Amino acid sequence: MTVDELKPIIESLIYVSEEPITVKQLAAILDGESVADIQTAADQLVEEFNARGGGLEVRQLAGGYRITTRPEFSEYVRRYLKSQPSARLSLAALETLAVIAYKQPITIPEILEIRGVTSTSAIKTLLDRRLIVAKGHKQVVGRPMLYGTSKDFLIHFGLNDLSELPNLEDFEDLMTS
Amino acid sequence: MKEASGQEINQLAGESQPEFAETTDQYKVKLSMFEGPLDLLLYLIRKEEVSIYDIPIARISEQYLEYLRAMQELDIGVAGEFLVMAATLIHIKTQMLLPRDPDAPEGEIEDPRKELVYQLLEHQKFKGAANVLHQRAMMESAAFTRASMDEDKDNPEVAATVFQLFEVFKEVMDRRRAISEIEIARDEMTMSEKIAEIKLMLEDSAQVSARTLFERARSRREMVLIFLSVLELVKELAIRLTQSEIFGDIVLVKREM
Repeated sequence: MTVDELKPIIESLIYVSEEPITVKQLAAILDGESVADIQTAADQLVEEFNARGGGLEVRQLAGGYRITTRPEFSEYVRRYLKSQPSARLSLAALETLAVIAYKQPITIPEILEIRGVTSTSAIKTLLDRRLIVAKGHKQVVGRPMLYGTSKDFLIHFGLNDLSELPNLEDFEDLMTS
Repeated sequence: MKEASGQEINQLAGESQPEFAETTDQYKVKLSMFEGPLDLLLYLIRKEEVSIYDIPIARISEQYLEYLRAMQELDIGVAGEFLVMAATLIHIKTQMLLPRDPDAPEGEIEDPRKELVYQLLEHQKFKGAANVLHQRAMMESAAFTRASMDEDKDNPEVAATVFQLFEVFKEVMDRRRAISEIEIARDEMTMSEKIAEIKLMLEDSAQVSARTLFERARSRREMVLIFLSVLELVKELAIRLTQSEIFGDIVLVKREM
């Protein structure tokens, strides 16, 4: 198939998939098509789809593609869905999550060292909301559990991968400025 | 160590307890802002407009302890980590008071505040990062994905025909006949009553099994009534009939109007 023939198929697959669909998943379905062609078609699709300026957009999230409504129209969508913005994370949970995101995999005592406060309840909240996951044990005395961020974390914060996290050093001089 | 007595803190400070009666209210509001000792320290540094790289330890630790005392005054349990920080501050303070080793080479004199400064800067960075994450989550929550598609795993969409519905009806009917032929009081239920009853059941649970519906009937007349009511509901587009396998049970699924 040509790239132009692949595009509409990919578009329909992105539409039906519940989670961001990866090129690998696309390739498994488009059996026999080259990964490079699929990648090119997907890239072109993103560009063309989004240039249309419609109510939907194709976004790259958690290493895959996903169709979402445009944030500008959230007010109307919410009105229709009668939905409330989801419960916000507490400041403690957010700070704990930030530490985990940048320092993963990390243990609870290590988080304590950075935050200066115990984070047990924040960790529980984050685990319950599936924003973090256990990533095995650290091979030190006591074998403490290591934590890292999940795929849901990337989706929740609109990131394609961890490299898209803002640079930590940019926050260094907030104090002096 | 969850709470500390005022005495302990005063011992740390090495001075007598000042009067806090007038300032109590002032602290009450602010204390909730501090997540932990590092937050309190950052706040004090900002408030005093001093450089984080050159913290006047004596002044800042004095203020820090004052806040701790106020917390006690207000009966707020002072968490252990606040006291650990108090001890650290006092320790740094004493180290700074000690005369420096005159023989030590110039470059090797380490600022006793170094580690604390590093910790504060790290903490500061993560606070900034947490803030950005929060903003991202807010933006992200404004983008919606489509609602999940109707793919009920238990009830794959095989539309059941009238004949299949009749099959279930007949099957239950035969079974009933085998059990008993006795009908006592004549049930005077009308079809519209029956329809209303089925609708009510569908309000409670979105799906109702046709078999249970028939089995619950107390008379053959009622079964006929149920059969006709189901057909009527399908006609009204109030329900959909699904069947997961051929000759399997038929499920009434409420249609969203």
